[in-house]
Order: sequence, then structure tokens, then C-alpha cells
Amino acid sequence: MTLNGWLQILVFCGIVLALVKPLGAYMTKVFSGERTFLSFVLAPVERGLYALAGTSEREEQHWSAYAFSMLMFNLLGVLLLYAILRLQAVLPLNPAGMAAVPPELSFNTAVSFVTNTNWQNYGGESTMSYLTQMMGLSVQNFISAATGMAIAVALIRAFSRASGKAIGNFWVDMIRSTLYILLPICIVLTLVYVGLGVPQTFGPYVDATTLEGAKQTIALGPVASQLAVKMLGTNGGGFFNANSAHPFENPDAISNLIQMVSIFAIGAALTNVFGRMVGNQRQGWAILGAMGVLFIAGVAVTYWAEAAGNPLMHAFGLQGGNMEGKEVRFGTAMSSLFAVITTAASCGAVNAMHGSFTALGGLIPLINMQLGEVIVGGVGAGFYGIVLFIVVAVFVAGLMVGRTPEYLGKKIEAKEMKMAVLAVLCLPLAMLVFAAVASVLPSAVASIGTAGPHGFSEILYAYTSAAANNGSAFGGLTGNTPWYNITLGIGMLAGRFLVIIPALAIAGSLVTKKKVPASAGTFPTDGPLFVGLLVGTILIVGGLTFFPALALGPVVEHLVMIAGQTF
Amino acid sequence: MSQSKSASILDSRILIPAIGGAFTKLDPRALARNPVMFVVATVSVLTTVLFLRDLLTGGGDLGFSFQINVWLWFTVLFANFAEAVAEGRGKAQADSLRKTRTETQAKLLSGSDRAKYTMVSGTSLKVNDVVIVEAGDIIPSDGEVIEGVASVNEAAITGESAPVIRESGGDRSAVTGGTQVLSDWIRVRITAAAGSTFIDRMIALVEGAERQKTPNEIALNILLAGMTLIFVLATATIPSFAAYAGGSIPIIVLVALFVTLIPTTIGALLSAIGIAGMDRLVRFNVLAMSGRAVEAAGDVDTLLLDKTGTITLGNRQATAFLPVRGVTEQELADAAQLASLADETPEGRSITVLAKEKYAIRARDMASLQATFIPFTAQTRMSGVDLEGSSIRKGAVDAVLAYVSSGSLPVSGNVAIAAGVESDTVRELRAISEEIAKAGATPLAVARDGKLLGIIQLKDIVKGGISERFSELRRMGIRTVMITGDNPMTAAAIAAEAGVDDFLAQATPEMKLSLIREEQAKGKLVAMCGDGTNDAPALAQADVGVAMNTGTVAAREAGNMVDLDSDPTKLIEIVEIGKQLLMTRGALTTFSIANDIAKYFAIIPAMFLAFYPQLGVLNIMGLATPQSAILSAIIFNALIIIALIPLSLRGVKYRAVGAGALLSRNLLVYGLGGIIVPFVGIKAIDMAITAVGLV
Repeated sequence: MTLNGWLQILVFCGIVLALVKPLGAYMTKVFSGERTFLSFVLAPVERGLYALAGTSEREEQHWSAYAFSMLMFNLLGVLLLYAILRLQAVLPLNPAGMAAVPPELSFNTAVSFVTNTNWQNYGGESTMSYLTQMMGLSVQNFISAATGMAIAVALIRAFSRASGKAIGNFWVDMIRSTLYILLPICIVLTLVYVGLGVPQTFGPYVDATTLEGAKQTIALGPVASQLAVKMLGTNGGGFFNANSAHPFENPDAISNLIQMVSIFAIGAALTNVFGRMVGNQRQGWAILGAMGVLFIAGVAVTYWAEAAGNPLMHAFGLQGGNMEGKEVRFGTAMSSLFAVITTAASCGAVNAMHGSFTALGGLIPLINMQLGEVIVGGVGAGFYGIVLFIVVAVFVAGLMVGRTPEYLGKKIEAKEMKMAVLAVLCLPLAMLVFAAVASVLPSAVASIGTAGPHGFSEILYAYTSAAANNGSAFGGLTGNTPWYNITLGIGMLAGRFLVIIPALAIAGSLVTKKKVPASAGTFPTDGPLFVGLLVGTILIVGGLTFFPALALGPVVEHLVMIAGQTF
Repeated sequence: MSQSKSASILDSRILIPAIGGAFTKLDPRALARNPVMFVVATVSVLTTVLFLRDLLTGGGDLGFSFQINVWLWFTVLFANFAEAVAEGRGKAQADSLRKTRTETQAKLLSGSDRAKYTMVSGTSLKVNDVVIVEAGDIIPSDGEVIEGVASVNEAAITGESAPVIRESGGDRSAVTGGTQVLSDWIRVRITAAAGSTFIDRMIALVEGAERQKTPNEIALNILLAGMTLIFVLATATIPSFAAYAGGSIPIIVLVALFVTLIPTTIGALLSAIGIAGMDRLVRFNVLAMSGRAVEAAGDVDTLLLDKTGTITLGNRQATAFLPVRGVTEQELADAAQLASLADETPEGRSITVLAKEKYAIRARDMASLQATFIPFTAQTRMSGVDLEGSSIRKGAVDAVLAYVSSGSLPVSGNVAIAAGVESDTVRELRAISEEIAKAGATPLAVARDGKLLGIIQLKDIVKGGISERFSELRRMGIRTVMITGDNPMTAAAIAAEAGVDDFLAQATPEMKLSLIREEQAKGKLVAMCGDGTNDAPALAQADVGVAMNTGTVAAREAGNMVDLDSDPTKLIEIVEIGKQLLMTRGALTTFSIANDIAKYFAIIPAMFLAFYPQLGVLNIMGLATPQSAILSAIIFNALIIIALIPLSLRGVKYRAVGAGALLSRNLLVYGLGGIIVPFVGIKAIDMAITAVGLV
């Protein structure tokens, strides 16, 4: 580890923290329907869209209607994307002449982009037409992120409203997220990326003659526009197979920093939106504080492990950190930071190959995802994910102040508990059960790239990434088989909707409850004590479940490596 | 407060039957009420069957798996034992109550004039029957006195042997079946049929027979069941992960890991905690009609307290003699005492007491002074004495002034002069009395032979230590509101002296009810106590309504708790008991979950050591062998249940500090403690069983 490395990490943290308040204030205005500086352009568009959809911002929904709208909208999204993938060969904007995508891969990809996972069992530049990338994938990149934000805001309303029945209108929340938050920022970011040298073209691939005289096809396309939303919406699906390690998708240190900041920007700001809407910004800072503690701890471990490198290599006289699978222009510090960010948030974009990390360096991304990606997390998803942990934490510890559990004046009772448990349960279900089957199913084991515990980590990582809606890959695993396409698809659906629906049910139940005013006897949820409690709960309730699996994967791999054996 | 009833936690009369109870509770129908223990019992059956199979086929490590099986069953039995002990403590009380419920004969009155009675069996009485109960009779069932007055021995339910008066009308009309009339007679209208009387309900409550899970308990059970399911996933997936690595895990080891990970500690103790909470109230002579009420007590935000009896000693007392100019205190005290000698009201008595204590004026005998007592009437609003040609009067300031200026003086001469001379004195007197009223006290003017002497200050005496209790409540986040019939000025002064947060002056039952509704509309939970029939609507509206046992039937029915000692101050303790119940639940849940870390470190290296010996570094406790590690973890898991039974019955100590301080303390003790204790415990057990040679 170097001072320079840590300074870069601090610069990143500083920028994210500086953005929390202004972005939080702006987003609060947007979700409350107040005028913003963009309203003069966007308000007419917004009204037009409501008219077209036959809805109105005054028309609020019960949680079940909200959930139904969300489900229908996402189901249509899957169907539409599936159709585009299957039909891309006959659709326009296909200069490279890409063939139709096979059915299982189309299912996997459609589900993957609708659930904000962006797991890619394909190489973008060798599989997808420009139309698919822009009209299919990029569109889902926007609306899957907007869906996440809408759910988060609905849940925030449950705490902020004194009592009522409705939690907002899904269409309104979704349209506002897209129109006022994602689109304007993405337009700016696209221009910045283009300025930094990221391609944005409809032109065909370019053939170049290399120094040796060989012919090389250089893939191009509308990269910058997709890159912007891929990061900001924590989607992570790369235009190119190499994702943000590709020089056209992440040319230099500046573009790398912008990408990292845009992964965290909205997720971090949502905690501030929460604080503002419940009338005490400290509540939001406390949540962000818990996220921050876990984040810094993860960065420290990964950076330490990657900078320390492999002792077996050192024995051969190869000094320095572990640079296998990393880009020289990013180095160990920025590769480690990127890996922790992308798995803490549910982004899944990568600028280095996680499978090539040291065993412990790769352990942190796994844990980040297994905790449910609540460390800032995916746009919206991270927030409603951490609220589920808050419900559990407050329930157990809240009793210890001698009152029945409450959070921000809303009583946590049997119904909320049932839903929180259901949501917390679905992650180990999707991650561990599929991994258990795959690790003994010969056809599934055949897909792994490396034997031993590392191979097990590949399987575990794949299902973890899918169920957590992350989308990053460990590398090595050949995912494009019917078994993985289908089971990973199911994992993604479970990890997305089996969390969203309970979260909305909690919102629907809490919003009807009267707010109990705080007193000296109320459990304070805006201080360091709460931060510590929340961190502990996340680690123990969320993390202990995976202890045996992690012991058999990265932990044993590390110990075996120290003993001199690698895989 | 008869704390004497509290039995020691380690009373062999309770412990020995509880051992039997632990086995009878193995009935699957009983176990099914507790999801965590039901799961443990189910896997124990499974491993027992596997053990028996191995015993027949001669496979496996029989000694090891036998021991694991034994400890699995102990885990279930210890949980049953905890519940049985908690119930046993209640049963002991129920048995003594049951003795009072012997078959009684009732004198049922019949006919339109209800002049004659027929002897019937007490159990045959129906609601609205009228019976007569005479000296020496046992009251056959709960009822309301409609005629007569009697002294009743209620020791059966209150443990208090001093008889109490029960009379028709007013707020002392309720009688309880099983209590005995000592003198006189009463006619009682029966309000509860056989089997649903107060004592029947008490028995059912303390035995825990009708114990319904409370809302918070249900929610906690959901969490525990959910965590159990999560650990099902965590352990059930291990065999295939191990198979990938080329190893295999014996089922008994997986079961051991699973049982140690699921929250067995809190699962085992949860119902004991609930029963013990009710029991603590009963020991405090308070009966909660439901567990829900006890939980609500912990949540109370606002306490409505009656001034009289709760905040003040009950009656106003003389605290000072304030003479007008030209009169000595001694003179005033002397006159005041003479005027009060025959005054048998508590206020009158307090005047003689003050005169004696402060001015050493001994009480004199009315007869030897040949004095005539002039009693208080509503017209004169004065009382006093006439003696040796002199007359002394004391009374409301206006009344005494009017009396002095009216000239209706039996002895004194010149009224005009007296009035003229004393106009300054009158002004002074008024000033003193206003001063006193402002301070929340009551002025009583004294005049002798038409001459104003001064003022006696009568004051409500705030109970000692009560303001400390209120500031304690404030630290707990509870607002106190004093309810009084006094005028706002008096109320404000007493409120300030007692340190309550707010007061409701000149309160009527309607105002009380609307105050409760107002607080509840703000989302607050309100507790109050009351005894009169006119308190019933407010008692019913309050989230925690404590009815005094001396109160009316209507009040008792409306409240969700009954205080057998009829001590309104207890409301504060009730809140503490409610908080203690919730805290104990939270503390043991936290402890139980935090324990998992150490258990993983004990079992995971042991489990995988055969095929990944490198994982031995995770054996940070340095446990002797894989088998001793697994056995130690499961033994710790079972023994911790026994070790925590006293805590779950006694409850975590509640301290009246802010929620933040309380939480950080409890997190430190039960959270951090829950992480550390099992590391130490498992290591100690490992050393012990290795030394003994069990593995």
C-alpha cells in the first residue's frame, strides 16, 4: 500500500461525500414534485408523459397497486428486450451483421438487464447490434435504475408520512427518476466521456493493419452514452466484453474516477433524501455512516491484499503487488477500489479481473454482494436493502431500551418482521442453493476454469453476483450454457423481486401507522451507537450465513497458497 | 407491597416438579408452539434414529454420536425446564389462590321484596342474582354491593390481613368472590358467573394456562423462525460444497452445527421470559389481564397520575401560622388550636399537631375548658369554639371577614370602632391569603372576639421522594401529568413542587378522557389509574388502565390491570416491569445471535479439517480435537440455557437513564458479551471434556 494509493481513495471518498447534500437536496425536490431548475424544460415533457400514460401525479397508489404496476412494467421490459435480442438480425442499425441471440442467452440477458444486474454471458462487441445496445440494453439501464429509485422513495414515504394509505405513484416516481435525475446527468457525463476519448459513433467497426502487418478489427459504437448510464444507474453491463478495463470504455485515471464516483453518487445521495424527507438529515448520515464503515474496511482489506501480492511470486524475486488481470493505468490501488465499489453498489462494471485478485482481495467483493449490496448499494436497491437490515437491527436491539421496537416513530411489528425476514432469506436461498447444486452437477462443474477452491469461488461468485443483481463476473467460468443461463436468470429474478415486494409490503404497512413522537426513552437512530449496531447486524445476520461457503472458497484458497499451492 | 411472596428462584419445591415438566413438555403439540425448539426436537429424533441404525449395523463413531445425541436432547429438555420453572412459580401462587375457591353456600334472595333467602350452591349463581352475605360468610362470587356496609377480609387475594370496608354506592362497592365478610351484612348483586370470577382469572393468569403470545413475542418468533431457516440453508448446502472439495461431512456434525447456530438460547427462554414478566407483576400485587398490557406498559409515553394519594399525602395539612401585625405567632397558634380541638377532620387535627410541635402548645381538654364546639356548616363556612365568654372562629377568609364585620359578636362591643381600626388589618389579611393561594396552599382565617388574628396555611404535602421519581421518569422519556380537582393556581404550585411535567386542573372525568384521546392522537401511549365508576371510560380508553382493587366493578372491568394493593404510585413500577420484560427479550436475543461467531470458529475448522487441514488456523480457540470442538460447542449451547434461566426469570435490570445510555450498556453486556462469553465457555468445556476423556 502506498500513501499515493490512499490519497486517491480519500479523494474519491471526499467527492462522493461532497455530492451527497446537493444531489440529495435536488432529488428530494424532484420526488416531492417541487420545481427545480430543469422544470421549465422537463415539466411539459413530464405532463405529456402522464397524459399519455393516463395517470396523474395526484393519483397515489396503495402498496399492492404500486407493486403490481412495477411488476407489469418490468415484465413488459423483459418481453420487449427478449424480442429485440431474438430479432436483432432483421432489425436496423446492425452494421456488423450480428446474428439473432439464442433463446437461453436472450432470456438470461433480458432478465439480467431488467433486474439491473447486467450479468453478461456474451461479449458485447461480438454479439449485440448497435440497436440492441441502444434501444434494448441502454433503455433498460435507465428504467431498471429508475425502478430501484422509485421503490426506495416509496419506502422513504412510509417513514416520512404521519399516516395514510398510499405510498406514491409508481409511474410518477419512475418517470421523475428518469427524466430529472438519470437523463440530465447522463447527457453531461456522455459529453465528458466523449471528451476523454470514449467513442460515440454509429459507424461500422474499423479494420486496422498492425505493425506486424496483420489485420485487426477494432470494435466501435455508441459507447459513451451507454457508459454514462451503466455507471450512474449501477447497471454495469459493458459495451465491450472487457468492460471498464477496455481502453475505449475507460481511457484514463480521470474517466476511472468519474466512473467510480457515478456508481456511488445516487445511492449515497438517497440516504440524504431519506434524511430530508423524514425531517432529520442526521438519520440519513447515520445510515451512510454504517455503509461507510463497511466500505472503508473492505477497501482496506482488498487494497492491502492486492498491494501485498503473492508471497509465492515474491519467492521468485518478483516484487510488488498483484498485477495479474489489472490494467497498468489503474494499478493496484484504483483496481482494488473499483472492485470494492462495484460490488458494494450493485454495479458490476469491472476495470480489473476479480478472478485474478488474490484470494483475500477477491473475498471482499464476494462478501459485499452476499451482504445484500447494502454498502451504498445499487440505485434504490441499496437503500431498501439496508432498510431491511435496519428493521431487523432495530427490532432486536430496540427491545433493549425497554420499548417495543420502532424506527422513526413507526412500530416494527409482526408484519414488518415477516416481510424483512422473507427478503433477507431470499439471498442465501438463491445464492447458496444454486451454488450447492452446481458444485455437484457434473455439467455445471465442467464450466469452471480452474480446479480446487478457486473453481468453487467461480461458481459461488456467479450465483452471488446474480442474486445480488450485481453482474460482475469472477472470470474463468463459462456461463453461456443452458444450465447457467437459466439458473442465473432465476437467481437474478429472485434477488430482485423477492426483495422489492416485501420491501413495498413493509412500506405499505408502515405508512398506515401513526408516528410515535420521539422522547428520551426512544432508541436514538442518528448517532454512532446506531451506526455500530447496524454494522454489527449486517455482518452477523447477513454475513454469518456465508461463513462455511467462504471458508471453502477464498479462505481455504488463501491458506493453501500460503502453504505453497496455487490453482 | 407484599414482596414477601417472592419465592427464591432456586426453590426446590419448584425445581423438582419442573424436571418432570421438562419431560411432559416433549409432547409434540406443546413443542409446536415454539418453532425453534420444535426444529431442534425434530433433528434430534432424526439423529437418534441414525444413531440406533449405526448401533445395529455397528457403523460410525458411536461414542461421539451418542454424546451429541444426548446433548441435543438436553437442549430441548433444558428449554422445557426453563418454561416449567417459570410456570411452576406461578403455579405455587395459583394453588394458594385455589384454596380460597372452596365450595361456598350462598344465601340467594328471592321474591320482589327480596326479604327471604334460600341456601344455594355458590356455583349455581347467575349474573344479576342478589345474595345476602352476613358476618362470617364467604362472598360466593364477584359482585357489587347494592345495600349495606361491611368489613371484609380480602387477605385471600391481596395478602393484606387488615379488613377493608365495602359499601353500597361510591367507589368501594366491588367485592370479590372468596373473600370473607367479618362484620355486618351486605346485599350483593352477582356480576360474574362461576368459573369466570376474578380469582378464576387470576389463577389462569398466574399459571400461564391461557397465555397468549403477545404481539411482540409473535414478531420475535417470526424473526427466530426466519433465522432458523437461513441456517437450514447455510448448513444444508455444506455437504455438496464439501463433495466438490472431495470430502464428506457426517450428518451428526451438520446437525450439531445447525443446532448451535440457530437461536436456541432465546428460543428456549422466550416463553419463560413472558411468564416471568406476568409473574413479576403478580408478585407486585398487580394483575395484568393480558400480556399485551404488560408490553404496552413498557411503551407508555404519558402517565396520568391523580394528585391525591399519588403525588400528595392525601389531605391538606397546616404548615404555618401567619399572624397579622400586632399579633404574635404564639397567640394565633393558641387560638387556632383551641378552635380546632373538637375538629375531627384531618385538617383540624393537623392544626393541633402543628401548634403542639412548633409552639409547644399542648392540646387541652374541651370538657375541662367548658367549651362549646361550633361545628362547620355549609352556610357559615366556619367552625370554632365558644369558651369563657370568648369566641374563636376559623374558616374561609371571606366567611371570617364577613363574620367579623357583620357584628354578630356575642361578646365584643364596638363594632364600628373595630371595623374602622382594622381596615388596615383586613387589607393585610387579604394580602397574606393571596400570597398563600398563589403558592398553591389554602388560607384559613382565624378571628377571636371579632378581632382578626391571622391566617393558618393549609398545604398539600407532596410525598417524599416523589419529585426524584418524576425526574427519573423524565429520563426514561415519560411525561407525567397530574390530575386534580383543585383550581389552576393551586394545581400549578403543587405541580411545580412535585416536578410533574403538566397538570390538568379542575378535572372532570370527561376532561380526563379527552386528554387521553388527545395524547393518543399524537401517537402516544397513555397509562392511568382510577377507581371510581366515572373513571371507567378513561380507564378503558387508556392503553394501560390500572384499576384499584378497592374500586368499583365498572372500573375493574374497564382497566386492563388491577392493583390489589390499591396503590396508585405503583403505576411507575408497572411501567418499569413492562420495560424490563422487553429488555430481557432483546438482551437474550442479542446474546443468542452474537454467540454464533464463536460457534462457527469452533465447528467450521473441525468440520473441514479432514480435507482442508489448512483451515486448522481458524481454530483460534485451540480446541483439542475436531470431536471435542464440536462436542464443546453443543454442550455450551445447551448449558447456556440453564445458566440464563435465572436472568430470564429475574429480568434484566432496568435503569432510568436515557435510551442511548441504556442501549450502549446493554449492547456492551449482551452484544459484546455474547461474542466473547462463548469463546471462553467453549474453550473451558473443551479442556474439561478432554481432561475427563469424553472424546
